[in-house]
Amino acid sequence: MSIDIATAAKVAKLARIKVENHDLPALAEEFNAILGFIEQLEEVDVEGVEPMVSVTPMPLPRREDVVTDGNQPQKVLSNAPDAREGFFSVPKVVE
Amino acid sequence: MSDTALTKLTIADARDALRMGEVSSTELTEACLSAIDAADALGAFVHKTPEIAMDRAKAADARIKAGDAPDMCGIPVGIKDLFCTEGVASQAASKILEGFRPEYESTVSGQLKDAGAVMLGKLNMDEFAMGSSNETSIYGNAVNPWRKGNSDAALTPGGSSGGSASAVAADLCLAATGTDTGGSIRQPAAFTGIVGLKPTYGRCSRWGVVAFASSLDQAGPMTKTVRDAAIMGRAMMGHDPKDSTSANQAVPDFEAMLTGDVRGKVIGIPKEYRMDGMPDEIETLWSEGTAMLKEAGAEIRDITLPHTKYALPAYYVIAPAEASSNLARYDGVRFGYRAKLSQGDGITEMYEKTRAEGFGPEVKRRVMIGTYVLSAGFYDAYYNRARRVRALIARDFETVFADGIDAILTPATPSAAFELGQDVSDPVQMYLNDVFTVTVNLAGLPGIAVPAGMDRTGLPLGLQLIGKPWEEGELLNTAYALEQAAGFVEKPARWW
Repeated sequence: MSIDIATAAKVAKLARIKVENHDLPALAEEFNAILGFIEQLEEVDVEGVEPMVSVTPMPLPRREDVVTDGNQPQKVLSNAPDAREGFFSVPKVVE
Repeated sequence: MSDTALTKLTIADARDALRMGEVSSTELTEACLSAIDAADALGAFVHKTPEIAMDRAKAADARIKAGDAPDMCGIPVGIKDLFCTEGVASQAASKILEGFRPEYESTVSGQLKDAGAVMLGKLNMDEFAMGSSNETSIYGNAVNPWRKGNSDAALTPGGSSGGSASAVAADLCLAATGTDTGGSIRQPAAFTGIVGLKPTYGRCSRWGVVAFASSLDQAGPMTKTVRDAAIMGRAMMGHDPKDSTSANQAVPDFEAMLTGDVRGKVIGIPKEYRMDGMPDEIETLWSEGTAMLKEAGAEIRDITLPHTKYALPAYYVIAPAEASSNLARYDGVRFGYRAKLSQGDGITEMYEKTRAEGFGPEVKRRVMIGTYVLSAGFYDAYYNRARRVRALIARDFETVFADGIDAILTPATPSAAFELGQDVSDPVQMYLNDVFTVTVNLAGLPGIAVPAGMDRTGLPLGLQLIGKPWEEGELLNTAYALEQAAGFVEKPARWW
């Protein structure tokens, strides 16, 4: 499996990271080096082996379904790059 | 005591001196703060918090006087930048968290704070803990206090907890927190001649620790001695309902378990860790370590962990996959950096520009690799296959433990500390640093790096011991026996 420039561009788009067109060939090459390394995994016989979900065999604990937090909008917004009137502010989302 | 004698103290000695009234936390803290100010060349402390430190030192002195002092009370420590600390910059060494000041404290740093530990500041690291040389940090390199022979070439302290390792080795603080996803506590500890413990997955709460790969990340102590790792580790561990993977298991008094008696313990030597091209000195150190444990009364047994070879490739699927998911939160909306937008840019451009400008090259690379292995059509071939291989790697360990092995001895790293600024154009070369440590994260086991010798250029080398899940006490005791036998006492000559 080799990654071409179009695939590299698609991955960058999916990851929401802007990559300039002139940087795509180098990126595709890096991906190929890393994937070449990863492809050793194909040698392993994994027949009948379940993919690991949790490294420590324990059930996911559930807490009581009650409100435990809240009422601190100033704290929530204190690190926002742009916050106005108690809301996060972003560029226009819909036309 | 002189300032340098104070900063050289171990946690155990400082604790005893504090309780005896021979020294105050204020004096200890002032000595560390002066050492930190004189060590900017090491690039270890990236956000200094002297006011907080002095306030906590005074409070600790009052507690000690009142006779209400846990072991860590009054002990000056450094905190890796990955831990969120209330009101103090917590950037994960990334531009994308520029200006971020958490409104909350991570559970682990909070436990240390409640125990009376004194935070001196935040420590350098690789960006989002992704790296093995501390060279991906937005703050610039952390530098190893050790140098090769008469050379003045700057060496890496390792990564990702490079600032923590450098600070402890250079006696800027008595101990530091680290985190370990593929070796990020143990590799830097080995490169700087200190002790680094990665606890069993689930021992330390991940709450408030900036997430890299959630199924692998574990916090742990980086200290001058095994005894200190036992003391500080105990203070960091414990159940936390805010982390659903935190284990509800009692944390024993590890220090009380340090007898140094390993008679009858069975130590496994895995043949797969004897790598092609491994330097003779690492091989020799490993044999010497084996001989030391045998001399101490342990039984040595050759073992096999057949899937070792596939640990790194499995890791480089699983860790980036989890990272791509965890790092999706950095979108320029709720915290940290937002790119300057052009006329007409919409929300997608905001995301893409913010992430392109805010993440460094290694982080971008891993996020995109993770995105690729999780994308439709490749999920089974890469991600699920890697998780199957991970299950086999864990089974390798379960098998040898079931066969009666108590602990496994391996080298900690494939080399001593290397020079900063080496060619890193092939990312896979850098990934090989974690070859001996990454299996432990994949299997969720506890592992510890112990300084055990020097190479011929005068750089420290470490050995790794791997223990059974939740058996940190026994692991620390074996490490203690190894530490006693190795008798490593060397310190870097001061040049900074």
